[in-house]
Amino acid sequence: MRPVAVIGIGKTAFGAFADRDLRSLAVEAGEKCLADGHVSPSQVEAFYLGNFAGPSFVGQNHLAPYIAGAMGINGVACTRFEAACASSGSAFFHAVSAVAAGLYDVVLIDGVEKMTSQTTPKVTEILASAGDTCGEVRAGATFPALFAMIARRHMFQYGTTRQHLAAVAVKNHANGALNPQAHMRKVITMEQALNGKPISDPLTVYDCSLISDGAAAVLIAPLERASEFTDKPVKVLGIAQTSDHLALDEKEDITTFRAVVEAAKKAYKMAGVTASDIQFAEVHDCFTIAEILATEDLGFVKKGEGGPYALEGRTCLRGERPVNTSGGLKSKGHPVGATGTGQICDVVMQIRGEAGERQIARNKLGLAQNLGGSGATAVVTILGAA
Amino acid sequence: MSGVVYTETVVHAAPEQFVADAPYQLAIISLENGKRLTARIDGARVAIGDAVEFVEDRSGIPFYRKA
Repeated sequence: MRPVAVIGIGKTAFGAFADRDLRSLAVEAGEKCLADGHVSPSQVEAFYLGNFAGPSFVGQNHLAPYIAGAMGINGVACTRFEAACASSGSAFFHAVSAVAAGLYDVVLIDGVEKMTSQTTPKVTEILASAGDTCGEVRAGATFPALFAMIARRHMFQYGTTRQHLAAVAVKNHANGALNPQAHMRKVITMEQALNGKPISDPLTVYDCSLISDGAAAVLIAPLERASEFTDKPVKVLGIAQTSDHLALDEKEDITTFRAVVEAAKKAYKMAGVTASDIQFAEVHDCFTIAEILATEDLGFVKKGEGGPYALEGRTCLRGERPVNTSGGLKSKGHPVGATGTGQICDVVMQIRGEAGERQIARNKLGLAQNLGGSGATAVVTILGAA
Repeated sequence: MSGVVYTETVVHAAPEQFVADAPYQLAIISLENGKRLTARIDGARVAIGDAVEFVEDRSGIPFYRKA
């Protein structure tokens, strides 16, 4: 297998854009990415698209060639990947695998979602289709409900508190306020976070990520060719995608995502590093409890210690291991199909030293963790300075 | 079949088809046969560890209540 490098990144802002359609967002991110990597559309040998629910949100199918064609990418393999909120993480994993195997050299991965043209109850219903529609969803489960039930059990088993959850929201909003591309650039207080409108007990509106529009793209090539395109390549040191049962009621222990634990183990092994080597991370905080689980499942702390880890400020921008310096899904926004590639872009920006006001000093080894559904898909990527 | 509440939540923000039901309690129940099931709770709210019993199936949704 050949070492692979990220040679370009490109993102739209995340937000609610009434005047933008799905394709224009994906094209904007893709074209920014090609420009960043000094690659022309005719040099792209394959196009991998992550998108969760374009057909349901905007009624458009056959999205990969639809978007690629608008960028002038034609005559190559263009494929859409769907893995719920890990759609573009999965697209990235498969693209890296193809380049590593020698199938292609220059590959563009794009992720996109256009969500805000639907009402919140309709969005809730579309998102719920990533759960088991013959079981939990039929009974009335929403994604906030599934993660609320995870939170309740985590509280019961480990003494996690509402304050622990709120600490994640406060931190991520503080980081997002520094990110010019974030959906909600608003600092919130602990008191606000604790007194939000209830969504699904014990989660309030401040525990939930945002419904957003947006796109994010990544360009990759074999490391040996990276210098042809950029003077700031970032190495893909380790990557793994894993799976678990879709339904929450089929998992033995819902306080851990087994798929994340397994993906992390594989990615660490591939990169030749351990959890303690990771200097910073972008994790999948679709709900505040999910960030607590992530820091535990990635091995940053022991199981059950994720709540205090957040509350003590150890994951904040100036903490020992900053988590979600971008603002995370909570504040940056969560256009679900764009989230995986968006996280890769955010880690790359930190490694390149281009994160502006939220730039951290220990920025040489970063991790991205992308989650699909309530843990049925996990993608963990470890990136390092080349 | 009866069981014990493994975890629960009260849903306030419902999906489109259940907006009229909100707020409603949802629980994962550990059944006597060792399996788990996601069900609605009828009547009084339940907490983790509470014993519950089957009430009825309503349009394919299993309903349980505090035993």
